[in-house]
Amino acid sequence: MTEHPTLAALVPRLARIPQLDATALAAEDNAVLGRKAGVLTVLLRDLRELPPDDRRRIGAAANELKARFEAAIAERRVQLAREVRAKAEAQVDLTMPARRRFTGALHPVTQVVEEITGIFRELGFVRAVGPEAESEWYNFRALNFPADHPAMDQHDTLYLDTGDRRTSEFDRRRGRSSGLFPAHERRQSPTDRRRPQDGRMLLRTHTSPVQIRLMKEAKPPLRAIMPGVVYRKDPFDPSHAPAFLQIEGLAVDEGISFVDLKGTLAHFARRFFSPTTKVRFRPSYFPFTEPSAEMDVECQLCGGAGCPACKQTGWMEILGCGMVHEQVLKACDLDPERYTGFAFGMGPQRIALQRHGIPDIRLLYSGDMRFLTQFSL
Amino acid sequence: MKLSRKWLEAFLRRPLDVADVSQRLAMLGAPVEGIEPLHAGLDAVVVGLVEEVRPHPNADRLRLTLVNDGTDTPKHVVCGAPNVTAGKKYPFARVGVSLPGGITLDERKIRGELSQGMLCSARELGLGGDAGGLLELDVDAAPGTPLPQALPVRDDQITIDVTPNRPDLLGHKGVARELAASYGVPFRLPEIPGTAALDIPPARRHDYGPTEVGGVRVAVDDRPGCPRLHVAVVRGVKVGPSPAWLAERLVAAGMRSINNIVDATNYVMLELDQPMHAYDLAALKGPFLWVRRARADETLHTLDGQVRQLDPDTTVIADAEAPVGIAGVMGGADSEVKPHTTDLVLECAYFEPRGIRRTRTRMALSTEASYRFERGVDLWSAGDAMRRCLEIILATAGGALDGPPVDVWAAPTNPTRIFLRPARVAQVLGVELPVARLEQCLTAIGCTVLSKPDDARMAVDAPGWRPDLVSEIDLIEEVARVHGYDAMPTELRPFRVGTVRDADIEIAADRVRHGLAAVGLVECHTLPFGPAEDQWSVKIQNPLAADAAYLRRRLLPGLLREVEANWGAQTASVRLFEVGTVFTSAGPGQPPHEERHVAAVITGPRRPAHWSHAGDTAVWDRWDLKALFEAAIALAHPDAAVQVEGASWTAVTPDGQVVGRARQLDADAPPWAAPVWGFELALDHTPRFPVRYQPLPVTPATTRDLSLAVPETVPVIALNRAVGRAAGSFLETLDVVDEYRGPKVGTGVRGITLRLTFRAPDRTLRDQEVDAAVAAVVKAVETDLGVQLRAT
Repeated sequence: MTEHPTLAALVPRLARIPQLDATALAAEDNAVLGRKAGVLTVLLRDLRELPPDDRRRIGAAANELKARFEAAIAERRVQLAREVRAKAEAQVDLTMPARRRFTGALHPVTQVVEEITGIFRELGFVRAVGPEAESEWYNFRALNFPADHPAMDQHDTLYLDTGDRRTSEFDRRRGRSSGLFPAHERRQSPTDRRRPQDGRMLLRTHTSPVQIRLMKEAKPPLRAIMPGVVYRKDPFDPSHAPAFLQIEGLAVDEGISFVDLKGTLAHFARRFFSPTTKVRFRPSYFPFTEPSAEMDVECQLCGGAGCPACKQTGWMEILGCGMVHEQVLKACDLDPERYTGFAFGMGPQRIALQRHGIPDIRLLYSGDMRFLTQFSL
Repeated sequence: MKLSRKWLEAFLRRPLDVADVSQRLAMLGAPVEGIEPLHAGLDAVVVGLVEEVRPHPNADRLRLTLVNDGTDTPKHVVCGAPNVTAGKKYPFARVGVSLPGGITLDERKIRGELSQGMLCSARELGLGGDAGGLLELDVDAAPGTPLPQALPVRDDQITIDVTPNRPDLLGHKGVARELAASYGVPFRLPEIPGTAALDIPPARRHDYGPTEVGGVRVAVDDRPGCPRLHVAVVRGVKVGPSPAWLAERLVAAGMRSINNIVDATNYVMLELDQPMHAYDLAALKGPFLWVRRARADETLHTLDGQVRQLDPDTTVIADAEAPVGIAGVMGGADSEVKPHTTDLVLECAYFEPRGIRRTRTRMALSTEASYRFERGVDLWSAGDAMRRCLEIILATAGGALDGPPVDVWAAPTNPTRIFLRPARVAQVLGVELPVARLEQCLTAIGCTVLSKPDDARMAVDAPGWRPDLVSEIDLIEEVARVHGYDAMPTELRPFRVGTVRDADIEIAADRVRHGLAAVGLVECHTLPFGPAEDQWSVKIQNPLAADAAYLRRRLLPGLLREVEANWGAQTASVRLFEVGTVFTSAGPGQPPHEERHVAAVITGPRRPAHWSHAGDTAVWDRWDLKALFEAAIALAHPDAAVQVEGASWTAVTPDGQVVGRARQLDADAPPWAAPVWGFELALDHTPRFPVRYQPLPVTPATTRDLSLAVPETVPVIALNRAVGRAAGSFLETLDVVDEYRGPKVGTGVRGITLRLTFRAPDRTLRDQEVDAAVAAVVKAVETDLGVQLRAT
């Protein structure tokens, strides 16, 4: 190879490539490998004028040299680029703030509801819903609330004015369009005419009427979890709201007992809080369950030692529960001698307040971006 | 219900640890709401021995005393009490001590004489009762002994939460019964000082028509309202302060001490859950005690100083002329016991719970008595309560019973008999308990287990103080409660899968919530109330506030209020959404129509501020809104399409229903606020079908840009439709890449640049084919819409 003077002259230049700067490298690239006048390009182009033997020998040597030049130049280029980037990076302050995008968030209470319903869905419970405007029959009577009974004291009720006195005015305006979706609302005019025994219309005070609807509409086995908004005539203050969320649960089948109630709800508590969370069941009273109970879990703040949040008891009340009352099953045309069941209800807002240390329930109804964005997923 | 620990201890004859009692009561179904140590302030008060008493040189009523308080130096104390006597012991508060009434003692001169502390009366120590003189301490304790050690005054007030089914827990006896069962010890009524020698004759039962006791006529006309009534007459009482034991118990249970007569009736109520009433016999016209319905025109001046209008649904106690009390709720002012009263008529009744509840609800007047009557007192133990009350009165106020009490009870009955099947207990509780254990549990709460008949049932008589026990399931609950909820297994047993599937509307709501959070919106929950929007707003009959008198028709007004609140907090960037129920009136007498909606509002900068684009002031505009609206429609109502209606967009289903709307919103905005954009959309809960896969293209695409001069009257959607029709089957996508208005196109015309992408699925298109398609497009839009080609 070195026999050829041109090739021999190129060898030292190959060795110098790693020292070239960007400009010299481009010039050298052009001088050696340039498409028109590069030394090697020209040499290889002119090979056909040589005798066959020389052509093969010098051609092979020239091609090999060309490959080495290409490799060396490419390597030097990468090296130079790296040096340029390193120099630039040395000037970047990497502690400068990132270019963020707006991120969305689910409401902290939605997150709790999803977590709770998710755990129950693992246990075969499906979600069910019912109307928020209910009749007295569904909200109270079918649930075994005696009339004129102190049990009603905990259910300060908001009643609806269903406009019976405004018949003529309503009929006159009936055909006219109004509101956001005039055509839509005509399509969905209700078909379930109320029965006389249903009583007054009210805003449901608990999600328990959904139990009734479910048991009347479907046959056991039933396993359902029923999240929804409920209403009480409570002032809007740090610990009360006139509309709040509740999660109801119901399991009805042959052979369901208090042991299933305890097993299911204790499992839920350990899944939701932690596998070692202690749980206790205390007797309580609800007209629609018997036996009735409250489930407490070990206070999550003090770990059971006693603190102001748990009123020094070491326990936090999480949910009310009980075996579905015989009268409730009868009201739904189910034979209580054959079917038994358990039901429970809890307030996901209270759990959210406690979980995040939010001091005032009214914050949960606020649209304050500074509040809501704290709970981004 | 407020309980005195010492009172419970008197029942159980053993000391109680409040923490342990709390734990047990909680597990028995009466959780403790709070424990308040009473007389905690008395630790600093000591036993003082008065060594010397001299007259005060400058005041007739005051005396100078020398008090040995256990220290080396006796204290000089000026004392105004008439009963201070040398050689006796009294509670002594040194200088610096704070008394329960809030007084802090300091050293000072009283009428020129030094006083270094105070000798105290019972009232000054918050022990109730007599303020007339010093509390004499008849104890052996040495001077200087802290008072709580010398005198067992220290008590705890335990407040329990009593569920409406347990009236028996509204008396100390009922709670003591539960604790006795829990500790496995007996309990009995505390002894009352001075009653050992009393001999009270049993009541005389009278079943029909008027009768008489001690010169007072008694008649019960309203038998349904008052099925049983005990009346007794006591003559010659001396009304005065209650003895310390009585006053202390009442105060410890949260009630004021008034006088020995009223205190006796209150004591019985707090101990036996039987409200009682004492009348001044002299004030009863007749004298007659008459239980009847009120007449429509009658009124009564009640003890609380109000004049109450009565009506024929109200049961009253009347004398010969007028009502003297609202039965079971409150007595009248005229017939109450006064300091000079000597003769008493005592009433101990069972009033029908629902009637009492109706009356007190109507009068908005809940009292300790009505609270108990409406939950049901013990119909069968009224005689015991009367006897107890008489004992206390005779022992503390003197006087004599005028004849045996009368018991007006038309039809004596027995408490309910219930049959309990052990097999049913096992079915409901999931554990098999031996019959002996069932019996043990039921006996512990006062049930009588009568027999074990052959048909595998137990006959159980419920006690009178448990009106809630009426059926088998009630007994099963009692068995579980007394056996202990925690004593039953906690097992996750196998279950059968239900017949119902997950609600579609919840699936849809999840999808929408997660979808909108994924595009950067923040979920909020607002209260579903507001002012009326139109005649389809659903009105609340008894709203909390006038501006919350209706249920929301739409979500957007609530979200807009939150935008304004954010502005109020100087927050310019708001991106909120809500998924919630809205209500529309469905006509007179009909339940309102309910629908789940999703709504969102956006205002402020389009992206978070960043140093790299410091000058960027771009804010959300209508095109961002349209994108959000389209995204929401895809999530919530995929069969709907966006249409233009005036300045807003609507979402319209194939059958022409408007299910959503998006537009700029009017708001009460500060000058710096950006425009607010919002949409609202109904949720469609019909299940989704899986998306069909589209094969990925294997051939190259060809694009052409067309710059068109489009008359302002032609909307892009019309242009796109015309292009789509003319371009042939190889047109894959059609995008608007530019809009221009200005001199280059002239007035009445705008420039629109369309990018057309052509592709054949199976081969590479030839340029001539694409050119031909473009030429057809240009020709078509020119002919149909008057659109001119500008440059390609």
